[in-house]
Amino acid sequence: MPSLLAVSELNKRFGGLVATSNLSLDVQPGETHALIGPNGAGKTTLIAQLQGELRPDSGAISFNGADITHEPPHRRARLGIARSFQITSVFPEFTALANVALAAQAREPHGFRFWKEAANDPALTAPALDALKTIGLDNRASVIAQDLSHGERRQLELAMALAMKPKLLLLDEPMAGMGRQDGQRMTRILANLKSSYAILIVEHDMDAVFALADRVSVLVAGAVIASGTADTIRADPLVKAAYLGHRG
Amino acid sequence: MTFSLFIEQLLNGVQLGVMLFLMAAGLTLVFGIMNLINLAHGSLYMAGAFFAATVFQISGSFLLAVPIAVALTALVGGVVERAVLRQFYARSHLDQVLVTFGLILVFNDAVRLIWGVVPVPLAPPEALAGSVHLFGGVDYPAFRLAILGVGALVALGLYFVVSHTRIGMWIRAGASNRPMASALGVDVELVFSLVFSAGAGLAGLAGLMAGPITAVQVGMGEPILILALVVTVIGGIGSIRGAFVAALMIGVGDTFGRVLLPPALGSMAIFMLMAAILAWRPKGLFPVHG
Amino acid sequence: MADTIAKPGGLSVMLRVSWPILLILALLAFAPTLSNALDNPFLVRLFTRAVIFAMAAVALNFVLGFGGLVSLMHGGLAGIGAYAVAIMAFHDYDGSKFLGVFPGTSDLAILIPVAMLAAGLGAALTGIVALRTSGAYFIMITLAFNQMLYYFFVALQQYGGDDGLQILSNLTLAGFDISRRATFYYVALVALCAELFFFSRVVASRFGTILQACAQNERRVTAIGIPPLRYKLAALAISGAAAGLAGALWASGQQFVSPSELSWDRSGDYIVMAVLGGTGRVWGPVLGAVVFVLLEAFLPAWTQFWQAPFGVVVILIVVFLRGGLIDLMGGSLARPTGGGR
Ligand SMILES: Nc1ncnc2c1ncn2[C@@H]1O[C@H](COP(=O)(O)OP(=O)(O)O)[C@@H](O)[C@H]1O
Ligand SMILES: [Mg+2]
Repeated sequence: MPSLLAVSELNKRFGGLVATSNLSLDVQPGETHALIGPNGAGKTTLIAQLQGELRPDSGAISFNGADITHEPPHRRARLGIARSFQITSVFPEFTALANVALAAQAREPHGFRFWKEAANDPALTAPALDALKTIGLDNRASVIAQDLSHGERRQLELAMALAMKPKLLLLDEPMAGMGRQDGQRMTRILANLKSSYAILIVEHDMDAVFALADRVSVLVAGAVIASGTADTIRADPLVKAAYLGHRG
Repeated sequence: MTFSLFIEQLLNGVQLGVMLFLMAAGLTLVFGIMNLINLAHGSLYMAGAFFAATVFQISGSFLLAVPIAVALTALVGGVVERAVLRQFYARSHLDQVLVTFGLILVFNDAVRLIWGVVPVPLAPPEALAGSVHLFGGVDYPAFRLAILGVGALVALGLYFVVSHTRIGMWIRAGASNRPMASALGVDVELVFSLVFSAGAGLAGLAGLMAGPITAVQVGMGEPILILALVVTVIGGIGSIRGAFVAALMIGVGDTFGRVLLPPALGSMAIFMLMAAILAWRPKGLFPVHG
Repeated sequence: MADTIAKPGGLSVMLRVSWPILLILALLAFAPTLSNALDNPFLVRLFTRAVIFAMAAVALNFVLGFGGLVSLMHGGLAGIGAYAVAIMAFHDYDGSKFLGVFPGTSDLAILIPVAMLAAGLGAALTGIVALRTSGAYFIMITLAFNQMLYYFFVALQQYGGDDGLQILSNLTLAGFDISRRATFYYVALVALCAELFFFSRVVASRFGTILQACAQNERRVTAIGIPPLRYKLAALAISGAAAGLAGALWASGQQFVSPSELSWDRSGDYIVMAVLGGTGRVWGPVLGAVVFVLLEAFLPAWTQFWQAPFGVVVILIVVFLRGGLIDLMGGSLARPTGGGR
């Protein structure tokens, strides 16, 4: 089966700093692929290049069989790549429902529709509510996003990603900054999504990673140093030395 | 265009460029370091001219008027910074636009109240009243030549201060990384006040030098403020070097544009130039951040 | 929950949310009556000024309050509309042709669309450059473009240059005479109502939602698959066209236009009006414009030095009245609740 996402020999530098180093990686259809690595390893930089916000210096990215290396981010989103940011990124002045409805609206061919009221259009609110339900946030639909708790905003971001009806979810530390309870809740939500989407997830919480991931890749200094099932990675002495060891 | 006319226009252009640099230096530093858009910068230019005119009326000496007016303008700038603008460094650009717009109204009325609405006379010093013979049979007003010299000196001095001294290092530190600067023990508030006052002093200097050429009157700072904003944007907000290059470019470009092109185009030339440069480099010629 | 997806509440919701503007418009409708009763023709002119400024400020606020774009060129854009009317009327009076091709006209039914098109085009062309940047750069560049337009019209010697251009022909609207002050005032008031209705629909539409989202978090807009630039550009063009409409009416009402109407402080005034009234609602700037024009008219009678206190008022508004005057009319009103507001 061809890969859904295939990255080959990607390189990215910031001045003298090598953030991505000859990196190759793939995500299979239906697979949950976890990316782990110490802070500053280049995980977020990689995600940003996959989503299109950053341009790689060299290398190629293909998605669903097409070369997307030079596609702008909005077009990649339309092709089916949805990203949630490490630092929560929502529309703070909109209600939760309006946030997700806009993500659903983004799937329409264009937004040059000037007359019909958007907030009450079931064509947008119905899929938005569905996405909120899937995430378990439907009871907070009418709350302004900036009044939601941190954990709820993270969930909202995930709901926005789902409303885009993507093929691949790029999740950058979805549990970051969450308490234990919220984190476990998020792990359960992701476990439910696992069967419906291909997922590339960056996460520090090893319990969550080992519970969710079909495959784990370890990133150190911009390069993949090991890749395999959770058990192989756990046992890999190189990984232990380079990464797991650091975390004590 | 004859050679002597060309030289004369070139000098005019460079002289305008020098004035623009004096204005833009303050704007660009204040924006680069404090992240403040100051539309009232033209008011400080005006204040410098009026202070000079008053000292000149009392003492009859232009040379005495220069340091006193510059110092007074710097003082006014310092007071406004402490009393008002300091509160707005962290506010939105919209708020800054409104507050400095309000300040312009206050400044204009204050000047009307003190000096009246009639333009105030300000003559160049006796020694610089005539013309100077230059090479190629060009006669050029001595006072304009003096402006050029003073401006060039100030530009050099400023460049030296920013790039080679301790305070310049603080300024650069403050511009690129505020938390880091405070962590290093730099008194950020003090640096802000000093920078703002210095920028005000330079604007005052530009204003008092322009006084004898144009007219000392209410609102005199606004046309040049907008040119200085264009310079700031082209040079890259926050960059002294960019301000210098762009000031000369705009000064010379504007002067020749008006001479060579039909009026409707000539007056728009520099704005077209700005559009072209920004279409090519949206953050200006010498971007400072990112 | 149910009510967020329920049908809009219809008339009652509309009344609850927008009673202040309905009240203001109703009061404005009586300006000519009042002017007659007091036998003071100055009042109609004053309120014509208020209504037209309101139109320009509402146009500005579409990009300022909803798109987060602080434009300092709306004075210039309105000026394009004003000159479009004056120039075409000039050619009509003169019998000559604009650019040697287009015959002039004095009918606003043609002049207004032309003015809106010209101003919208001006906004789009300058916007292509200005929108490549953001934040402080955008503000300064729009200010520069405003000045460019100012110098451009100063340089047009054929159309009066510095001295401005008088409209000597009799302007009509689809053949009807509109030269009576009261008639013209009602034309302007109707235009303002149409503008308010138009923008309140657009703001709540899909397009308006994208525009507001761009103001809040452009990165997120891109990440969900929407390219922000084209929407911001379209918004700027629409806003410019509406400003051009205001300018067209301004020139028609004055029978005159001069470059000083395009000076950059006029653009600043529009921002003051928008913020004074409140940028959170489409109609907020109407309130700001009325208060602005009244202050501008009556403060000078009180003191020669009225600009300074006015400047202080502007500063105080920024410091203390974040939501503008509409905030004083009930806090809940100024609060956006989602896609539309
Ligand atoms: N825009 C940027 N400019 C310069 N350096 C950057 C930029 N973004 C990230 N970096 C650097 O690249 C490295 C990788 O960062 P990042 O991808 O955020 O790591 P991670 O997400 O794995 O913690 C870090 O050293 C970081 O400081
Ligand atoms: Mg990261």
